[in-house]
Amino acid sequence: MSSSTCTLPSSTHADLAPVTHRIREHIVNMCAGPEGGHVGGSMSLVEILATLYFRVMLVDPRLPGLPERDILLLSKGHGGIGLYATLCEAGFFPERELADYGRQGSHFMAHPHPEVPGVEMPSGSLGHGLAIGIGCALAARLDEVPRRAFVVLGDGELQEGSVWEAAAVASAQRLDRLVAIVDRNRLQITGETGEVCDLEPLADRWRAFGWRVREVDGHDVEELTEVLSAPPEPGTPTVVIAHTVKGKGLPFVEGQTRSHYARLGERQHRQALAALRASVRKVRR
Amino acid sequence: MTTTLPPSSRDVYRDIVTESLPADERLVCLDSDTGLFSGVDWGAAADRYVNIGIAEHTMMGAAAGLAKQGRVPFVNTMAAFAASRAVEAVKIDIALNNLPVRIAATHSGVSAGHLGPTHHALEDLAAMRALPNMTVVVPADAASAGELIRQAIALPGPAYLRLGRNATPDLPAGPPIELGKAQVLREGADITLAACGAYPVLAALEAAELLRQEGIEAGVLHVHTVKPLDTAALAAAASLTGIVLTVEEHWHAGGFGSAVAESLTGLLPVMVHRVAMPDAFVPVSGGQRYLLERAGITGPAVADRARSALEGYSERPSDRGPADPWSPRRAAPPMGWRWATGGRSLQFKHL
Repeated sequence: MSSSTCTLPSSTHADLAPVTHRIREHIVNMCAGPEGGHVGGSMSLVEILATLYFRVMLVDPRLPGLPERDILLLSKGHGGIGLYATLCEAGFFPERELADYGRQGSHFMAHPHPEVPGVEMPSGSLGHGLAIGIGCALAARLDEVPRRAFVVLGDGELQEGSVWEAAAVASAQRLDRLVAIVDRNRLQITGETGEVCDLEPLADRWRAFGWRVREVDGHDVEELTEVLSAPPEPGTPTVVIAHTVKGKGLPFVEGQTRSHYARLGERQHRQALAALRASVRKVRR
Repeated sequence: MTTTLPPSSRDVYRDIVTESLPADERLVCLDSDTGLFSGVDWGAAADRYVNIGIAEHTMMGAAAGLAKQGRVPFVNTMAAFAASRAVEAVKIDIALNNLPVRIAATHSGVSAGHLGPTHHALEDLAAMRALPNMTVVVPADAASAGELIRQAIALPGPAYLRLGRNATPDLPAGPPIELGKAQVLREGADITLAACGAYPVLAALEAAELLRQEGIEAGVLHVHTVKPLDTAALAAAASLTGIVLTVEEHWHAGGFGSAVAESLTGLLPVMVHRVAMPDAFVPVSGGQRYLLERAGITGPAVADRARSALEGYSERPSDRGPADPWSPRRAAPPMGWRWATGGRSLQFKHL
């Protein structure tokens, strides 16, 4: 609708490693705050969100309400601190504000709230994002703009029936500007998704609902960039199943159910930061 | 005698949307396989009518996404599904974001009649008026539906429009309808009858007429906006009469009567009595008026409650309506009603 200009934050970010490292540090710092945080599901999201905000999406932190911007809906709202950390790195608000997370009176709650700059919609109750994405994609079609709606879902979240209701509607409405990304970390609060309520064959399920399916290593930013930047398949929504590791980057909780929510004590906080720095050195070598 | 009835509030809604969509390009209509718009020629607005299918939660979320991008969506489903099945999407996706979605909820109250309790909506006012940002509107006839729906289009936030299923009689002429303002249909210094919805307002008017014959002057307020409630008008009437009797087609808990009681408590010393649907699911078949009569939402029953209130009874067992309105032993009321509406009589068959 509007024609104001927008600068992409950075299709120029050749190397996202420093960004993803800082995002992980922010997450760890927030989890050391007074309330702790959803560390596991935020760590598994880092490359997905970084790729979207630093390579794929048309967003401008100086113009957060820009009409032609792409929309990110974090349907798995418990990835809130991962989103805050990414928005902070993308320039939506200064780093010092992250220290407010979980403190009395702060807008930074465990689940995202639109009072936080860059958060499009509130989330946390699972199974809402895909339907909202449908509305955004319908609006883009009516506005005749190439805006895309990216909806990040947790794999446990796929147990909500409303996800599949929306999945059916999206393909029936031929919404090719809608991209769902499943953070497939295979864990939920009480254990493995496969044990709680199995999702397999996941790709086939999405295909049966009329979606184009792509599977990637959800920690490989090059793979993510390739599939998330790919042109839409006319008339078909796309789902990217991103295989990830819950708690990625923290060896003492990586891939473990207990990574879901944690309040890091002083010692664990130091240990977590050290582990992140060690993994960076390892990559550099 | 067969009376030609005006269009239903549902039909009025359909006609307004059909006319408005081509004229206002912000408007989008999302339907959920209700068939209400079957056969409508949308012309150039065809891409702004979207039949989502039988998926009310998704429809509410999609409406939120559209509104987020600057559109003004109408969503169309039955009240039972808008305010129960999809209520979390209404709460989180629409109300929390204060988005201008118009929720047209048809078949409200027991207007779905013989379709049964799955399709009755006797809890919707409680659910919707509890939500911050939500405007809750209950038109009582075709004319008020037309006025209120048109006024609701301009609201900056979300609105719940509680519509019926079939045509209901016209109310007598009164002051102009204004969203958020109670309409004074009748002045009276002895008791205030505050009513919400088509048949409750008609029952209040009939009760006032019956009471007048006994020398009791009952004022009648048609309260079509449940949220924000016109507390000033209610308080003015209550300060004159000291007694308010509410009438509504909703369960006692959390509906219009609750809203009135909540708003007047602490403002002034006043007795609030309530006529509402009994705390039970409706287990019998029947049309809207039949079910309301069995439940005690009629002119004579409201007049009885008013007399009882004037006699100083705060709450007798009989004041809660029929002891067991749905008992199979209870005789069915006679069919064919006679409403006294401002001096005119209307008689019509059971629909």
